[in-house]
Amino acid sequence: MAFITANWNPLGEAFYRKTELYEMCWNLRDGLRDSLVAAAPYGGPIALLREPLRRSPSSRPQLEIYSASGVGIASFPWKSGPVVQLGWTVSDELLCIQEDGSVLIYDLFGSFKRHFSMGQEVVQTQVLEAKVFHSPYGTGVAIVTGSSRFTLATNIDDLKLRRLPEVPGLQGKPSCWVVLTQDRQTKVLLSNGLDLYIVDNTSCTAVVPPGLSPQAGSVVHMSVSFSYKYLALFTDSGHLWTGTSNLFTCLSVCLPVCLCIYQPLYLSLCLTRCRRPKSQQPSVVLMWDRLLLVAGVCNDTIQFPLEDPCVLIGELDGVRIISSTNQELLQEVPLVCQDIFKIASMAPGALLLEAHREYEKLSQKADEYLREIKEQSMLGEAVKQCVEAAGHEYDTNTQKSLMRAASFGKCFLTDFSPDQFVSTCRELRVLNSVRESSVGLPLTHAQFKQMTVQVLIDRLVYRQFYPLAIEICRYLKIPDYQGVSRVLKHWASCKVQQKDLSDEAIARAVCVKVGDSPGVSYSDIAARAYECGRTELAIKLLDFEARSGEQVPLLLKMKRSQLALSKAVESGDTDLVYTVVSYLKNEMNRGDFFMTLRNQPVALSLYRQFCKLQEQETLKDLYNQDDDHQELANYYVTASYKEKRLESRLSLLQSAVDEYNKAKNEFAAKATMEALLALGLHKQAEQLYRDFRVPDKRYWWLKLKSLAEKEEWEELEKFSKSKKSPIGYLAFVEVCMKCNNKYEAKKYVSKVTPEQKVKAHLAVSDLEGAADAAIERRNEAEMGAVLSRCSASDRLVIDRLNRARAGAAKK
Amino acid sequence: MAAHLSYGRVNLNILREAARKELREFLDKCAGSKAIVWDEYLTGPFGLIAQYSLLKEHEVEKMFTLKSGRLPSADVKNIIFFVRPRLELMDIIAENVFSEDKHHSSRDFHILFVPRRSMLCEQRLKEQGVLGSFINIDEYILDLIPYDGDLLSMEYESAFRECYLENDQTSLYHTAKGLMTLQALYGTIPQIYGKGDCARHVANMMLRMKREFAGTQNQILPVFDTLLLLDRNVDLLTPLATQLTYEGLIDEIYGINNGYVKLPPEKFAQKKQGEASKDLPTEPKKLQLNSAEELYAEIRDKNFNAVGAALSKKAKIISAAFEERHNAKTVGEIKQFVSQLPHMQAARTPCFPTLLKNEIQSLSNNSRQYPVSPVSASEAFFDNLTVEQEFMTGVDTDKVNTYIEDCIAQKDPLIKILRLVCMQSVCNNGLKQKVLDYYKREILQTYGYEHILTLNNLEKGGLLKPQTSSRNNYPTIRKTLKLWMEDANEQNPNDISYVYSGYAPLSIRLTQVLARPGWRSIEEVLKMLPGPHFEERQQLPSGLHKKRQQGENRTTLVFFLGGVTYAEIAALRFLSQMEDSGMEYIIATTKLVNGTTWIKSLMDRPESQTP
Repeated sequence: MAFITANWNPLGEAFYRKTELYEMCWNLRDGLRDSLVAAAPYGGPIALLREPLRRSPSSRPQLEIYSASGVGIASFPWKSGPVVQLGWTVSDELLCIQEDGSVLIYDLFGSFKRHFSMGQEVVQTQVLEAKVFHSPYGTGVAIVTGSSRFTLATNIDDLKLRRLPEVPGLQGKPSCWVVLTQDRQTKVLLSNGLDLYIVDNTSCTAVVPPGLSPQAGSVVHMSVSFSYKYLALFTDSGHLWTGTSNLFTCLSVCLPVCLCIYQPLYLSLCLTRCRRPKSQQPSVVLMWDRLLLVAGVCNDTIQFPLEDPCVLIGELDGVRIISSTNQELLQEVPLVCQDIFKIASMAPGALLLEAHREYEKLSQKADEYLREIKEQSMLGEAVKQCVEAAGHEYDTNTQKSLMRAASFGKCFLTDFSPDQFVSTCRELRVLNSVRESSVGLPLTHAQFKQMTVQVLIDRLVYRQFYPLAIEICRYLKIPDYQGVSRVLKHWASCKVQQKDLSDEAIARAVCVKVGDSPGVSYSDIAARAYECGRTELAIKLLDFEARSGEQVPLLLKMKRSQLALSKAVESGDTDLVYTVVSYLKNEMNRGDFFMTLRNQPVALSLYRQFCKLQEQETLKDLYNQDDDHQELANYYVTASYKEKRLESRLSLLQSAVDEYNKAKNEFAAKATMEALLALGLHKQAEQLYRDFRVPDKRYWWLKLKSLAEKEEWEELEKFSKSKKSPIGYLAFVEVCMKCNNKYEAKKYVSKVTPEQKVKAHLAVSDLEGAADAAIERRNEAEMGAVLSRCSASDRLVIDRLNRARAGAAKK
Repeated sequence: MAAHLSYGRVNLNILREAARKELREFLDKCAGSKAIVWDEYLTGPFGLIAQYSLLKEHEVEKMFTLKSGRLPSADVKNIIFFVRPRLELMDIIAENVFSEDKHHSSRDFHILFVPRRSMLCEQRLKEQGVLGSFINIDEYILDLIPYDGDLLSMEYESAFRECYLENDQTSLYHTAKGLMTLQALYGTIPQIYGKGDCARHVANMMLRMKREFAGTQNQILPVFDTLLLLDRNVDLLTPLATQLTYEGLIDEIYGINNGYVKLPPEKFAQKKQGEASKDLPTEPKKLQLNSAEELYAEIRDKNFNAVGAALSKKAKIISAAFEERHNAKTVGEIKQFVSQLPHMQAARTPCFPTLLKNEIQSLSNNSRQYPVSPVSASEAFFDNLTVEQEFMTGVDTDKVNTYIEDCIAQKDPLIKILRLVCMQSVCNNGLKQKVLDYYKREILQTYGYEHILTLNNLEKGGLLKPQTSSRNNYPTIRKTLKLWMEDANEQNPNDISYVYSGYAPLSIRLTQVLARPGWRSIEEVLKMLPGPHFEERQQLPSGLHKKRQQGENRTTLVFFLGGVTYAEIAALRFLSQMEDSGMEYIIATTKLVNGTTWIKSLMDRPESQTP
């Protein structure tokens, strides 16, 4: 295994290795000298600005953007002011912090997106130094100005500038400083002469790191670890202090090199995420002009000579070293790899790898090794180790041999969950494909896990590697919603900006590719098109949007209110229709507004509803405009009842009559006319009924009831004899009974028609009479009805009825 | 607590739990003690989701009814308005908030819109200058509320009126949304059938919404096989008829609202011998009616003529079981007896079984075969029934009906008259102009001219109309669909017609025919009924196609747009229970209605300003 451990260097108990990631594709004439360089972690892009402070207008510096493998992405002359610092946001946007405090934001392809300022006063005082940092809130910017004041913005997407309190005795810029994020608070740690200060929102506190004696001199370099957990300080006497970033604990103080008089160019904390508890201790990477040095907790160091000026980029689990020719990753060898590849290792994984190797050589030694692992019941562990180690390896051949060994070992296990094996296989394939120099994302497995596949896809999308991103989504079986659709959405938003294509062509292309992909919002794409000034294209794209609710706001924004209205109607969401209608009402003059509504019956009826509750007058106008006489008449009727004064009521009713007439509703017109007359003349009811042709029947009913209620029995009798009752005489019986006058009721029983005789007798509780009538009529049902009313005391009647029924039955 | 929701074919408790969870989440969003200000209309529907105890657990200390003026004082941190998105309510809220600021400034305001937030309302609050006073503006999506184990209701009272009189399809939008929620919980419904314009509209919206959510493929095995959407206006007749099932009658006589019936206090007077009736309750008593009460579940769907027999049979069984305690000897037997006790006690409590007992006794004693009976409430009931049945069988529907005439003359309740006249109109496919005008004139002159608006509404809604075509197609519909069954068996029914003692509800016949033999057999009739009929299929993701077991029933969700009656529900339950039907029905509706509530919702009553 010698070739794998060849680049391992021991440091205390650990080993460090330097793996080459790329030979850089770029061709830099002057190397990295005199350039402002910013490279994003997680294998992010590299930005390069040559001679940033050169101010001659004749020769503008060139801003270049490369992928991590050095593939040129963009290059353009820098036309703005002098740049102090470059940096990358979490979403791969380039921040260029200028001397005057303005921050310009570019996308990966060098197109300007927006800018913001770190404060008006900075224009005068100028930015001396700036740093871009990442906090839980997003990407932040910190500057120190010519007046020795710090200003922070913790999230540039939600810009809130915070000017930190003054630092006592600070002139110009501090000798060194870092931004710390602790307990969701962002602070600045700075060194000024022999003093260290922590500055937060409210105060500036002097601090003394434990274990660092005053004799060690002043701090000239400091660095904070990727996780903000550890801090390294380097003094002008060459002491290197390492501790926790809250400055509570010191981990070590050492004098790593004798040549400490020269300040290192760069100091970086390197922390590996090994599971071995002791290895949690950080190491520090220091870089001088020609020397790279890794310092552990003791005075132990590893030294690497450097031939070329380099840039160091701190990563989660190591440091990337970029020179003008190549790029390397310096990291602690993960524990599991040490276990497997360490010379003469007896770890189960190492044995399994050996066993598989012998097996491929067809040697029986394979069996020996296997037995050895199995005897210790460590086969499961061995497989796990191989799988895990494969994840950490950068070289594909090593990955393969480890995975094959794992697969081999798996054959001898019965119930071993294949999940980890499968997922590692998949992830490695994805990682290998994005590590390709043409893509240039040199991610380690640990970084990939930390950034998540979602973010990886975002990164690919930012770089416009759409096909690869889609392939990965499909390969990893990411639900469309989070995967393919997101990629397509981004692709489409990019596509609509393509100036050389016609609206028609773009709309078609977008439609063909995106189709019905779930979760792709055509209105988002359309909004993008609209932002780029392509309104027609936006409208075409909106047509594909399935969710009308999404179409409407944009259409309103684009002043396509008619279209917005019809889309709102289409959605069926009445609230949306109301929204558009109220928007139109404010935008248009009344005539146009009404005309627009007229073409949209649904909107019109909704607006009518609204008016019914809110604007009665408008309602009238609406009906008038539509010549809806029926509704207009109804409107007048309703209004007449709301009116208190008699004359107004009458005139409203008159309008109702007119409208009913116009609506050719003769009946309603006449009825209203009558109501009008009745109201106007205060006629006596009876007179009115006569006037208005009350049918005889109802007249009789009315009279019967009112006389009975008034107990005018004589009048009633007279009335009953005035002519033949059109409502019969049973009614008389029943009404009298209702008024509890059995005596009067009985008077009318004899006048009742034969069919109603039984009913009439029963009504006055004359069972015998009822029985007689029923028997006479030989009606079985009626006899039954009488029977049901009989009680035990009515023996005689019951017998008679039963006999009659029996007689009837015989026949 | 809501166990009865989970006993059915479809566990509707899932829906209720989802609704409760959302409510809890909202309440917890407003940290600290709270008072709820209720839009009164919402308290009923909310009662079906959560009792006060749930609210109390989440620090709701006070409840008020929304009304204008100042809010009652309450020492709480949060004031939450539970309101429907209606402009007039926004004005009241604004008034509340304004008068509040002067007294307390430390209380936080929140709004919960039910069932959906509305830009229009928020705009109104903004205009009133109070929008900024609200910390949370949220929506509580409460479309379909589980009402019973097989019944969902939106409790949306004005749906029919809005759709047919005002051309406002808000309720249909909510319906479609509700059905989407339902599908999210119970799987995509593969088949959709429908009849009527509203049904078409809802189906269109559903398909559209499905496209909108195309991304989230529903991976739930479908619980429902079929959705049938039915417009109420396809069957205007059924709600007009008097329901003759037990539950239907309770609804007709006392009215059931949000699952509760309010009973007059005298129903609960304890009539024990030798005891002075001193503690007569004076308030009407509210009773919840659902299948949680086993005995009630057993008799509610029976024809009222069969209820008496069923009750006495049950009573015998229970007393027999009760007597068994003397025979119980072993501990095991006693235990078993005790375990049955609560059930027996429930059956003995006076509320459910004896509800309507008197009414039913008097009604069933004077059975219909004896039209000659003493003057009594029941006679009026039967006279009314007789006329209804004449109309339904097509007797003299083209003439002015004497009974209606007499009722008008006697100034019987207007709604009763309207029900009858509308029924006659529907059964005659419109009335002759002369007849129609006669009725209308009679009504206006007797009940007041202002009812002209109501009459206009009924005409607009199609319940009342002049005969336009010379042909009356109702008899054809009646015969083809067998809407009238001469020998309906009320005791041991063999057909749905028992629920109206002879009349088989048209809506349910359509449902029945759809299941077997299919609508193709009645194309002609479907064409006579208003609105299109249609069939749509929703693609299921592969792997979700049901493998049906031999003899396993299919499940259909029948959605009545514009309301359903208890009798119709009873008829569907009857079909579910029929052994050879092969179909189980779950019922959903915008609102549970009867002829009275339905007609009432269509009435317009301008309030007269003059005394």
